[in-house]
Amino acid sequence: MFKKDISAGSKTKVKSSVQRGIRAKVLETYPLLEPYIDEIMPKKEQLDLVKLPDRVSLYTLPPQPLFYQHMDDPLLPHLTLIHRYPHCFPRIRIDRGAIRFVLSGASLMAPGLTSPGGRLPDPSAGDDYDYGKSDLEPGSVVVVEAEGKENACMVGVLKMGTREMKEKKKGVAIDQGHYLGDGLWNLGLD
Amino acid sequence: MAESSVPTQQPAKQVLYCGICSLPPEYCEFGGTTKKCEEWLLSNHPDIHRQLYSQEVLEANMAALSVEAQKRAEKDASKKAAKASALEQRQAAERAESQVLIKRVERSKRKYVTVVSGLEAFGLELKKVAKDFGKKFATGSSVTKVPGGGEEITVQGDLSDDVFDFITETYPVVPEDNIDCIEDKKKKAG
Repeated sequence: MFKKDISAGSKTKVKSSVQRGIRAKVLETYPLLEPYIDEIMPKKEQLDLVKLPDRVSLYTLPPQPLFYQHMDDPLLPHLTLIHRYPHCFPRIRIDRGAIRFVLSGASLMAPGLTSPGGRLPDPSAGDDYDYGKSDLEPGSVVVVEAEGKENACMVGVLKMGTREMKEKKKGVAIDQGHYLGDGLWNLGLD
Repeated sequence: MAESSVPTQQPAKQVLYCGICSLPPEYCEFGGTTKKCEEWLLSNHPDIHRQLYSQEVLEANMAALSVEAQKRAEKDASKKAAKASALEQRQAAERAESQVLIKRVERSKRKYVTVVSGLEAFGLELKKVAKDFGKKFATGSSVTKVPGGGEEITVQGDLSDDVFDFITETYPVVPEDNIDCIEDKKKKAG
């Protein structure tokens, strides 16, 4: 989505009622963020809405970008936010070989997740398994981590359920995500 | 790594970002400016540098991939690096060559406008610069299209010298020698 460098459009202040709506929506989509919501968007703070090309809107709490949204799709967290609260999102992991493709903007393919270096939610795993137990449905928001790396490298919407991935081991898992070094990442907010 | 156990209340994580490529340092190796990033890290955060660039880590990274994939990754990386450096050189050359022209154009008998062209070559956004001019000099200032293609900034009033000073002061990317003042006399006085 942000493969090319983009420039921010108009910046407006978000109405407080809308802001409440966003807050509720965030909590609904990412219940794990609940303990931090006051840290992320304090009630008294004024959020800004920055319009980006292709009908994407970005909500920021200057100077930090928080969430972006394409039309009425689910709110997606910006990677800097994920880096601050990595454990609050459903996560999957890709193997080392896939990182360079992800960082150059390719769609994330299932083999990168099903190979030994990758991690998907696994119902049969033990309690200390870090990547969730229940399979994720297509359309859910996931954060993509990388083998041997501490921080997430991508966030996007699943195109294929994780169960299907495990069966097929083929095809596109996520396309049009937001990844490290893309246009949204490099966007200057001033 | 996120493998550490996750208590319910974990403080926000502070993530360090590379000063060169803006990615978390662990991803610098995929950015194309790896050399520079490494130097930056060494001079700014030597402890993290030791963690990320020690011999064992590099070897472990390599071992995770098959030989063939390694070769491909290497080829890709060198290609990317070459591209990045070529781009940088091209930009630098372009910058050294391009000129900023400040023209005084006569509107009517004793009224002038100042036309500034060539600023876009230095990576400045004309629209913002125009706004700054307007604010600084308290005059109208706008971006106008040139018939031959391209854009320039038109500032109302005879401000050539002031604009010259303002540019050299506020935009250090523009070398002073590259700015030219021209007095444009359309009609001969008489």
